[in-house]
Amino acid sequence: MVALDFLAVLEQWPALLRGAAFTLGLTAVSALVGGAVGVACGWARASGPAWLAALVGVYVELIRNTPFIVQLFFIYFGLPSLGVKLTPEVASVIAMVVNLGAYAAEIVRAGIENTPRGQIEAARSLALNEWQVFTRVVLPPALGRVWPAMVSQIVIVMLGSAVCGQIAAQELSYAANLILSRNFRGFESYLIATAIYLLLAIFVREFLNWAGPRWIFGRTAAAGR
Amino acid sequence: MAIDPAPIVRIRSLRKRFGANEVLKGIDLEVQAGEVVAIIGKSGSGKSTLLRCINGLEAFQQGELQVDGQALKQGDAKAMRALRQHVGMIFQSFNLFPHLSVGRNVMLAPTLVKHSNSSAAEASARKLLERVGLAEKFEAWPDQLSGGQQQRVAIARALAMQPSVMLCDEITSALDPELVGEVLKVVESLAEEGMTLLMVTHEMNFARKVADRVVFMHAGRIHEMGAPQQLFAAPRTAELQQFLSALH
Amino acid sequence: MVDFSLWDILRNLLLAARWTVVLSIIAFVGGGLVGLGLLLARLARWPGAQLVVAGYVQLFQGTPLLMQLFLAYFGLALFGINVSAWVAAGVALTLYTSAFLAEIWRGCVNAIPRGQWEAADSLALSFGEKMRHVIGPQALRIAVPPTVGFLVQVIKGTALASVIGFIELTKAGTMITNATFRPFTVYACVALLYFALCFPISAYSRRLERSFKRGH
Repeated sequence: MVALDFLAVLEQWPALLRGAAFTLGLTAVSALVGGAVGVACGWARASGPAWLAALVGVYVELIRNTPFIVQLFFIYFGLPSLGVKLTPEVASVIAMVVNLGAYAAEIVRAGIENTPRGQIEAARSLALNEWQVFTRVVLPPALGRVWPAMVSQIVIVMLGSAVCGQIAAQELSYAANLILSRNFRGFESYLIATAIYLLLAIFVREFLNWAGPRWIFGRTAAAGR
Repeated sequence: MAIDPAPIVRIRSLRKRFGANEVLKGIDLEVQAGEVVAIIGKSGSGKSTLLRCINGLEAFQQGELQVDGQALKQGDAKAMRALRQHVGMIFQSFNLFPHLSVGRNVMLAPTLVKHSNSSAAEASARKLLERVGLAEKFEAWPDQLSGGQQQRVAIARALAMQPSVMLCDEITSALDPELVGEVLKVVESLAEEGMTLLMVTHEMNFARKVADRVVFMHAGRIHEMGAPQQLFAAPRTAELQQFLSALH
Repeated sequence: MVDFSLWDILRNLLLAARWTVVLSIIAFVGGGLVGLGLLLARLARWPGAQLVVAGYVQLFQGTPLLMQLFLAYFGLALFGINVSAWVAAGVALTLYTSAFLAEIWRGCVNAIPRGQWEAADSLALSFGEKMRHVIGPQALRIAVPPTVGFLVQVIKGTALASVIGFIELTKAGTMITNATFRPFTVYACVALLYFALCFPISAYSRRLERSFKRGH
């Protein structure tokens, strides 16, 4: 059995750190934009006009039934044929936003549809307009209701972003690839990168579970526990 | 008294259907400013539906409805919102917003609809909470309050919009008996201060004490109407007699 | 330059798609067996099983599948095993599937009311009998929709095997793109083929879930 040399990889910690930071950055941007897309699409499916709900439905089904790597390759390699030139980083963000948006749409839709009727009636009785009813009364508790599912989905997208290294986006798996190409420590590089991904996943989950009640949906039943 | 002032609520020939089922079969009702009207009747008589028509939560097919000079125009969202600034509603299940503190529940509508600045809204909210006896609960969360306290916050929230008419839809039916009194006390004080109240209620003693007029609804129509002493002591129709005896 | 027709592209993709299906089945069946074993170990309360299985699940759910594939590829080589893309992909996807299915099925078992366990115990059933006659059948009913739904995740997961050189639908797409210089068309076809595989399964899983809810 070959001797393992983890030190050779750990010496490259600046590159790993940069890669991890980039992964976090990709995830943060995608979570915000993808989340917004998800809210808009979730609203469209729950309360929008039939044609819009159907259109969003097609988008959601297409994304959920195709692999992320194919979506990424289509965006990065396929779109330039239409004249759209993208850097690996931009293509990665777009792919992650499109991907998260579709899953978030279903998650948010479930949250919206579980709003008790009385909440909407009370808000309308107070003369709030429909936009205010949705953003101030329906949406925050809806997000609170589905927050665990939403957090899980964001973590899934973050872990899925490892594939972006294949199109040379400078995230964590790309950093591991670079290290391995320098010192041929394949197993060690990937093991350490995997451990870092695990830590990132734990960190992101804890952070979002802390931030959600604080910044988004106040002290609803989901948050209280 | 020369001329009667215009009624603050005027309902003419109101008809409402749910699908094929006609629930309100031509309601005519006028309520004067400052009047307290109790609406009683069996479940299915249409009393809650009538109340919910008055602030547009239910749409009606025929008839006219006017509140404080504003005609209710179905399908005109802006007109509906303008009307709802004059009519407050208290629900059986309170419907406080769980993600906002008590104070913020009360402040939300004035801030968004009347565009009050937040310090004015906060001051007014504190005053209203004091009025309903919950001044110290400004920072509390709805799930920390008892049912009676939540309902009183709901009253404060509706009052924050300074309505001219308050609709109360069985506001004590979901409360444990020992909590009913604290809510009725607040409603009584509103009546004493001259608020126009339309209450759907099962609390007959309360209606007898506070209402100026009692309306008995049966099968989608106003069956009997009159001063409480007269209506409760000497019901004229068989249906009302039956209803009152079933309560005891 | 040779001109490739759409049919040429599709034909080659379809041929490669066979391997997607084969790998998916291997991972799903293998993963199901391993996952079942893990679940039973947990339910039988073998010493340490609770912690080990929970840790195992956390590991596979908290790390990228791509990394798991790389680790299988490079890791197995350390043991002197002659690692082909098939072996690495097969092992990685099987373990990945086993972790997720063990967790899904644990949820299904937990959905069975406590009273069923207590009734079975008071009838002095052994663990094996309890599982076979009381818990198993009920858990099975609850488990079918999400398990069918997870098959879709497995199929999508096989696409990552292309990165370690496994020839399946996605890898074929990359190779054909390099040959035809028509990435838009090729990857669109790849996506549509995955869609054709996955959508019916997703729709079926949803139908199962609806009929399960109604029957309750």
